[in-house]
Amino acid sequence: MAKTLAEKVWDEHVVRSAPGEPDLLYIDLHLIHEVTSPQAFDGLRLAGRPVRRPDLTLATEDHNVPTVDWDKPIADPVSRTQVDTLRRNAAEFGVRLHPLGDVEQGIVHVVGPQLGLTQPGMTIVCGDSHTSTHGAFGAIAFGIGTSEVEHVLATQTLSQAKPRTMAVTVNGSLPPGVTAKDLVLTLIAHTGTGGGQGYIVEYRGQAIEELSMEARMTVCNMSIEWGAKAGMIAPDQTTYDYIHGRPEAPKGADWEAAVAHWSTLASDDDAEFDAEIVLDASEMTPFVTWGTNPGQGVPLGGVVPGPDDFEEPNDKITTEKALEYMGLAAGTPMREVHVDTVFVGSCTNGRIEDLRLAAQILEGHHVADGTRLLVVPGSVRVRLQAEEEGLHEVFLAAGAEWRGAGCSMCLGMNPDQLAPQERSASTSNRNFEGRQGKGGRTHLVSVPVAAATAVRGTLSSPADLVLTTSS
Amino acid sequence: MQAFTQHTGVGVPLRRTNVDTDQIIPAVYLKRVTRDGFEDGLFAAWRGEESFVLNRPEYAAGSVLVAGPDFGTGSSREHAVWALQNYGFRVVISPRFGDIFRGNSGKAGLLAAQVEEKVVQRLWDLLESRPGTVVTVDLKSRTVRAGEGVEAVEDSFDIDDYTRWRLLEGLDDIGITLGHDADIASYETGRPSWRPATL
Ligand code: SF4
Repeated sequence: MAKTLAEKVWDEHVVRSAPGEPDLLYIDLHLIHEVTSPQAFDGLRLAGRPVRRPDLTLATEDHNVPTVDWDKPIADPVSRTQVDTLRRNAAEFGVRLHPLGDVEQGIVHVVGPQLGLTQPGMTIVCGDSHTSTHGAFGAIAFGIGTSEVEHVLATQTLSQAKPRTMAVTVNGSLPPGVTAKDLVLTLIAHTGTGGGQGYIVEYRGQAIEELSMEARMTVCNMSIEWGAKAGMIAPDQTTYDYIHGRPEAPKGADWEAAVAHWSTLASDDDAEFDAEIVLDASEMTPFVTWGTNPGQGVPLGGVVPGPDDFEEPNDKITTEKALEYMGLAAGTPMREVHVDTVFVGSCTNGRIEDLRLAAQILEGHHVADGTRLLVVPGSVRVRLQAEEEGLHEVFLAAGAEWRGAGCSMCLGMNPDQLAPQERSASTSNRNFEGRQGKGGRTHLVSVPVAAATAVRGTLSSPADLVLTTSS
Repeated sequence: MQAFTQHTGVGVPLRRTNVDTDQIIPAVYLKRVTRDGFEDGLFAAWRGEESFVLNRPEYAAGSVLVAGPDFGTGSSREHAVWALQNYGFRVVISPRFGDIFRGNSGKAGLLAAQVEEKVVQRLWDLLESRPGTVVTVDLKSRTVRAGEGVEAVEDSFDIDDYTRWRLLEGLDDIGITLGHDADIASYETGRPSWRPATL
């Protein structure tokens, strides 16, 4: 029978299947961090259970860690306890850990691919909803809760009902200056935050094939923001080239065997999806959010919508509440929105290509008065690579803050937070109320928009910058 | 896990849609390493407003939360479920739940009952006009009931069969899976040797 990519990978991992029960799925890689794991390890200890496969488990510290003074003890005692707890648990249960200060430390979804641990056809889980990032390699990857973390630690499996499948086909090519981030924000505005619910989504079509591996990760990363269980992209030469030679990639005859298998994973031509969405990339433009969920977005050239632009009573209420929270008036051009803080980083846009792009735009410019720019690399490796290429000098010369690796202002769990009513343009993935600090107001943007916004102090694209400098 | 068959308790109308897990409990409250004590962070951003529903004495003993669509979207934090439970909620009713939140609820023993949107509307109207009204949620018959006479609301709710069974029996998921240990071991012998390992 013809199968989709998702079905092939799923079926290969079914340990047990019985009528009326969810499938028992084998997990190839379990990623762990300090916030969602302590109670899971506690559960194991209470029940006297070991970690079944420490060799398929990897831990790092990311959500909570400071991005300055990372060589000193963590100042916040509660954060320190959480990180210390992870270190104790990793030691006790024999799990490999990349702690703060280690060269492989970083955001869990940046570290996995970077080490070559993320490979096509795998099942990957983590107690973090943006685990969908790893789907860019053609893996089934999704976020789980702490009870499930404990379940995977104890059994290396998860019981999961098989989701339906959806194809998102993006035809055409993205215009110059329009990025994977704009693509996915456009998609989410189109579907709403619940549009993908219950589906494993496969992104395909010319625009997706043309994306680099890192850009594909940006797209898959945000699958959860429109409710999808997971997002995937069929592996191809771009995928193999990215993995080849990484520390944990297969080598020699293993590489040949792996690639031979990976190349069978693409959806069969006659495979049927339960749903399909078709978009045209050539019509896309830089896209930004105005509201308090990732579906509330408009083109950068557009205006802040108002309650009257929506038909459904619930949408009207939601819009009103979002505008009030965001401190925005309907009809305001997005380009006139002043921004206090620009954040470049996170598992959505904190990889080396993102930093190169930001540096390219910032070169020769300075951050606007009254605006601050935080550049936070997704991992220590990304930071070192950027420094080797001299990108940090561009950031510093532009007046940006150059930080250590971690989640940082993406979720404001460490000291990198917005003050109440402070407004940010952020390359992260969530603009929920209070996400970046209590009362903080977040606009989700692409890397080029973030960099240009930092220079002008209002939401901008690099095109606006050229105009400024030449006039 | 405590078995769940039926629950009757004060209904709390949360007239909001898209309540993501960052609203249920902001990240700064996630630093505890235990499963308790998260009630302080529940709806933290709204608890400061006097008019917020949880601050009204009539709803103080609330244990059945009635929320708009897309409740529990966003972050995977199970702390959102714990915060609701630590506060005293046993049931959340909504027309649509975030997938991970629903899964987490099932594991932790919080009943996530999915109803049609019009049922939520009627429950909101009832609970607001008669604060303190109790809602009965019966997992065996999959029904939700509240109020009397013309205002009475009685309808069915959705929950998948497997989660329902586990909740009714109060079964520990890991225990069930470890019963299939032989299947897991045999699967492992067939895994390709080139799959990556961390050690
Ligand atoms: S960067 Fe943000 S979204 Fe990514 S793992 Fe960290 S907190 Fe989650």
